[in-house]
Formats: sequence, C-alpha cells, structure tokens
Amino acid sequence: MEGEKGGIVQPAAPGVLLTTLDEALDWARRGSFWPMTFGLACCAIEMMSAGGPHFDLDRYGAGAFRPSPRQADLMIVAGTVTFKMAPVIRRLYEQVPDPKWVIAMGACACRGGPYYHHGYHVVKGVDRVIPVDVYLPGCPPRPEALLDAIMALQAKVDRMKTFSAGKAGEGGKEA
Amino acid sequence: MAMEFPVIAKLLEGRFPQAVKGAVTDKGDPWIEVSPGGIVEVLAFLKEEGGLEFDLLLMVTGVDRPDGEGGGEIEVVYHLASTTQGGELVLKVRLPREKPLCPTVTGVHPGALWHERETYDMLGVEFTGHPDLRRILCPEDWVGHPLRKDYEYPEEYGGISAK
Amino acid sequence: MEGFETFDAAGTEGVTDVRTQEMFINMGPQHPSTHGVLRVLLKADGEVIAAARPYVGYIHRCAEKIGEVLPLEQFTPYTDRYDYLSAMNNNLGYCLAVEKLCGIEVPERAQYIRVIVAELNRIASHLVAFGTYGLDLGAFTPFCYAFRDREWILSLFERLCGARLTYNYVCIGGVRHDLPEGFAEGTRNFCDHMEKTWKEYDTLLTRNPIFLQRTAGIGVVSPGEARAWGFTGPCLRGSGVAYDLRRARPYLVYDKLDFEIPTGKGEAGVQGDCWDRYYVRMLEILESIKIVRQCLDVLPGGEVRAKVSKALKAPEKEVYLGVENPRGELGHYIVGDGKKAAYRMRVRGPSFANLTILGKLLEGAMIADAVAIIGSLDIVLGEVDR
Repeated sequence: MEGEKGGIVQPAAPGVLLTTLDEALDWARRGSFWPMTFGLACCAIEMMSAGGPHFDLDRYGAGAFRPSPRQADLMIVAGTVTFKMAPVIRRLYEQVPDPKWVIAMGACACRGGPYYHHGYHVVKGVDRVIPVDVYLPGCPPRPEALLDAIMALQAKVDRMKTFSAGKAGEGGKEA
Repeated sequence: MAMEFPVIAKLLEGRFPQAVKGAVTDKGDPWIEVSPGGIVEVLAFLKEEGGLEFDLLLMVTGVDRPDGEGGGEIEVVYHLASTTQGGELVLKVRLPREKPLCPTVTGVHPGALWHERETYDMLGVEFTGHPDLRRILCPEDWVGHPLRKDYEYPEEYGGISAK
Repeated sequence: MEGFETFDAAGTEGVTDVRTQEMFINMGPQHPSTHGVLRVLLKADGEVIAAARPYVGYIHRCAEKIGEVLPLEQFTPYTDRYDYLSAMNNNLGYCLAVEKLCGIEVPERAQYIRVIVAELNRIASHLVAFGTYGLDLGAFTPFCYAFRDREWILSLFERLCGARLTYNYVCIGGVRHDLPEGFAEGTRNFCDHMEKTWKEYDTLLTRNPIFLQRTAGIGVVSPGEARAWGFTGPCLRGSGVAYDLRRARPYLVYDKLDFEIPTGKGEAGVQGDCWDRYYVRMLEILESIKIVRQCLDVLPGGEVRAKVSKALKAPEKEVYLGVENPRGELGHYIVGDGKKAAYRMRVRGPSFANLTILGKLLEGAMIADAVAIIGSLDIVLGEVDR
C-alpha cells in the first residue's frame, strides 16, 4: 500500500505499521462500501448478479447491501430514473450519511438511455437529481463492468485525502 | 369448444338490440361495437351465459382517433377471454373525444380497476362510478394525457428539466 | 400515566383505557422486498393491516408512446425491457403479434428455436422468483443457488446472441441467427443438471417448516376471485384454474409438444395460497425442461428467418395476441394505419393485472405477510409500469 506521500513504514518493532491518517481512512473506506439496495429496473438484476456467487461483489468489501439509506454509503442507481421517482431519489440521497458516493449504473441512469427521445416521463440522467461519482454505461452493463466501476470508485476514494486536503470533509482533490 | 364470432355477434345483437351497434370483421381481429350505456350489461351477460363464459377481462384500453367526424373519437376497447370455453372476444365503445365518459365495469370485472385508471391517465377517459379514478402511472399532478395524439411533451417537472 | 388504568400483568381484567391508534406505514418505493419500485401505503392496526393502497408508476418508461413513434422492427429492444427477467418471451410475444398483423410466416426451425429460448428463459425467470422469494422471507441460500444455475442459462444465451439480459434475439420473421455450435449440447447438459439440482431446491424451501408457516394459508385467492381480478399465469394456476395459453390458444409448435399444466391443489394449506403459487412455478421448471428436450430432439433444418421487407408497414388492421409469459399472459394489441410505426401499441403486462388485487389481498394480513404475498405474486415492476 504505497502512496505518493506517506505510504506505510514498518519500523523495527514487529507488528507495528506507520502510515498517515488519510491513507488509513481512505483504505478503510474503499474496502468497505456498503451499497444501498437501490435497483430500479433491468440494471438491478445485473447488480444482483454481481452480488451473487458467480461475480461476488463481497470480495471487494462491497457486498453488504443495506436496505436502509442511513446504514449505507454507496448508492448504485441501477435503472431508469423517472419524474415520479426523482423526489424519492433525492430524499434517499439526503438520508445517506457523509461521506457518500453514487454510481450511475446503466445508460438510463447516465443519460436517459433508450428512453432519451420520446420518454416523456424519463429523467435524462440521474445527475439531474443527485451528484454522481462514477458513470457506468451499458444496457445493462455486465456484472464485471459494475465491478470495474467499483474499482474506479475505489481509485477515486484513494485520492480523497480528507485531512491533507484542508478542511475535514472536503476530500476529492488530488494530493 | 369456443363459439365462433359470427354466432356470438348474432346472439348479442338479438339479446341487446339497443346496446349492440354492430360487428366489424374486415379489419383484422373482429370486434363488436357496444354503446356506452349498454357495456355493463353486455359484459355481465357474456360472463354468466353458459356456452360463452367470458370470465377473464384481459384488459381495458383506449385508442385516440382525433381525425374522426365531430371532433374525433376515443375508442375504449375491451379484450375478453374464457378460461373454460377457450374463446376470445373484443368489444369496443366509441366516445366523443371532447368529453369521453364511459361507465365503469368494475362491478362485473373487479380486475378492470387499474386498467380503467390507466386509460384515464393515458387518454383522459372518465369512467363514471369508478371507486378510485386517479392517475396510476404518471404522477398525480401530471399535465395532459400522454397517449393522445396531440400530447405536448413537458419542458420540465418538479424543477428538473425534461429537455 | 394519565388515562391508563393500572395494568395487571397476571390477567387482562384491569385494562380498560389503553389507547390505540392506527399507524400508517410506507412500504417502498425503495424496499428490499417489493421486487422493484412499488410503493404500498399500509394502514396498520397493530400488526394487522387494516387497509393497503399500492402506488405504481415509478418506472413508467413510456413504452406505448415509443411504440407509436418507432418503426415496427425498431421496437423489439424495448420489449426486452418491460419484463426484464423474461426478455425472450417478451420479444416473442411482440414478434408474433406483428407477424399476425402483417401476415408473415415463420420457418419451422425458427419456431422450434423460439420455443427453446422461451422455455429456457422461463426456467431462468422462475429461478429468480424462487431465489428472491426465499430472500424476501429471510433465506439467503436459495438466492445463491438459484443465481448460480441462472448464470448457466445466461451463459448459454450469451453464446447464442451476445447478451445476458436483454436479448433482442427473437425478431420479426424468426430469430436473428442460427444456433451456434455447441449450443444444443450445452443446453442438454444444463437440462440434466437442472433436473438434479431441482431436488436440492425442493429440499431447501418447499417442505421447510418455516417456509410453510409463512406461506401456507396466506394470501388465499379463490378460483373465482382469481378470474374476476384478471389473474393469469402461475398466479391463476395456483388458484386451481388450469388455463395456460400454450394449451388454450397454442402458438408456435406448442400443440405438438407434450407437457403438463401444474395447478395448485392446496396441498400445504388452502388452495390458492402463496405456497401453491410458489409450487406451481417450481413444477413449471420441470415441465420447461421436458419441452426443451423434446424440441432439441426434433429440431428440423432450414431457414431461421423469413424474408421480411425492409420497409415493413403496419397494414390498416388491428390484432391482439397473447403469449404465456412466466408471469402470465403478455398481450400486444397493435393497431396499424399503413405507416411504418404502429398507430397504437398497447402492451398488456401480466404483472399489472396480477397486482390489481393487492389492495384487497393485504387487508387483514399481518405486516410480515405483506412481504410473502407480494413475493408470491412474482411481479416485475418494469412490466407493471411499462
């Protein structure tokens, strides 16, 4: 676990590691995403497959799906966002405690998908409702693609550097 | 064995001369046109009568026809099936487009509850006597009836742009 | 406390002034057990539901409006997406309706291939129903087993047409291309495997005492009610009505095939309860395996797609055609007016009709039973809302 600054230093005493608080916190966060069960449509089935035994999201630490937004920190918006559902999504997002991340899974969540034209009830992308961290196109994206999105998010979280970025909670800037 | 369409049409025309307007057989699947006032009793008869037993109302839907005479029409279409006799039947009710009023058939087929709500939501047909006539698919404060041919797509809803 | 008499724990004689109030509980649209974005507003009197009001439309994706705009052959991918667990069956229902409208005849080989993929998809869909039903009731193992076997079917489909979930393989005139090498053998291997593992699944849930307690005698729908409320599919057959479109209005080559129609008999509790609906799905998996094997045995040679004009126009007619989807009767009512796109494209989703009874069915049930009842109806919200 080497970073540009910090990394881990093992002093002479056995069983002791030295690192920065940022590294430790980022490592803990990236290795234990707790997604909220938030499947909307077809992509939800691929998300379930990704959580299932064949693709196994749990090996990334991200397999603890929590039904309650209060207990989750990752919102995988899997499926089409409609105008009827948009206020619900907003309310759920606001209920998720910080730090939180959003993956827009599927073409519909990214930009409206096949319903872009003529879908009078479809919101053209979930980023019109909540801020998105990772966009994952596909219709539906394969479970491996979702795993790839989780890995991209992990790379993003590795760069969070909450403490060295300045104020607490203002992470995300490149160190 | 299911009764053939011409036999059913004749039976209905004889039994309900006021309500049954006629049968159309040259446009694909044949259908029987019924007046709005008579649709409930015709459906009840079709459900109970031995040999017909159309006990399954598959769906109630509507078709917008703005180009008809007198400002256009909306057709309400009923698809029936029989689980015992194996037959299929289509009934239609034609309503004026400006004020499409049709009696509810939930008294005969409770399963029409949501189909009628959807027809109201999408096409604006008002089903008199329906226990809970409100929009079902679109939000309750949605403007317009989407499956009408002159429907205008919204610019925004709830502060979110639709463009 | 004011207003409360002293409560005598030994008996209940002292309790006269305990105030109770009905509580409104909101279930969904984000909920682990509603099988999608379904919202049910429950008015609960303690643990018992006094009234329930379902709200749908959270995934309404305007499929019918799109059907009026896009040419007929471009609409097929949208059909995959209403009931996304049985996409092959949806494609099939739509294509059969268009072929009826336009008078297109499908070659025999394509008909057998269509039956094979439709039945494989039925098995996959019922496996999800089995797995998620167990998950709803707190059993995690059936979910893992079901998804493992479902992955086998999905890899067969991937070999066939490149997609795992939304195939767009069955098209107007037949199927997009012929079966690849090794597909028939792979399918036979799967059928052999599935027959063996079916017994494992049966052992896991069917006679499990906890499962029986939670589903037997719960959510009873009598045969008369089932017909009156528009039930079709395993829900209707779970109530004892032996109505299956593959027998009642046969399409493709189902009239040449030998299979049974399982119905609910009230073995575990009352006819038409949640257990019956679940068990009908389990038995249908076995019937589908039978059908797939028969089709593979007699698969004729020949073309897999009829010649369809590139400028296909919908004639000025209207047709309705229903097919037996894993959830019930999927109907397409297409009205043509001589143009490339349909004038009216109405989709009858079986889950929409099956869900209508929910408000009535939940009355008098316990809150925990609400989950068992919704799960037994096996709905897919994409199909409810289209």
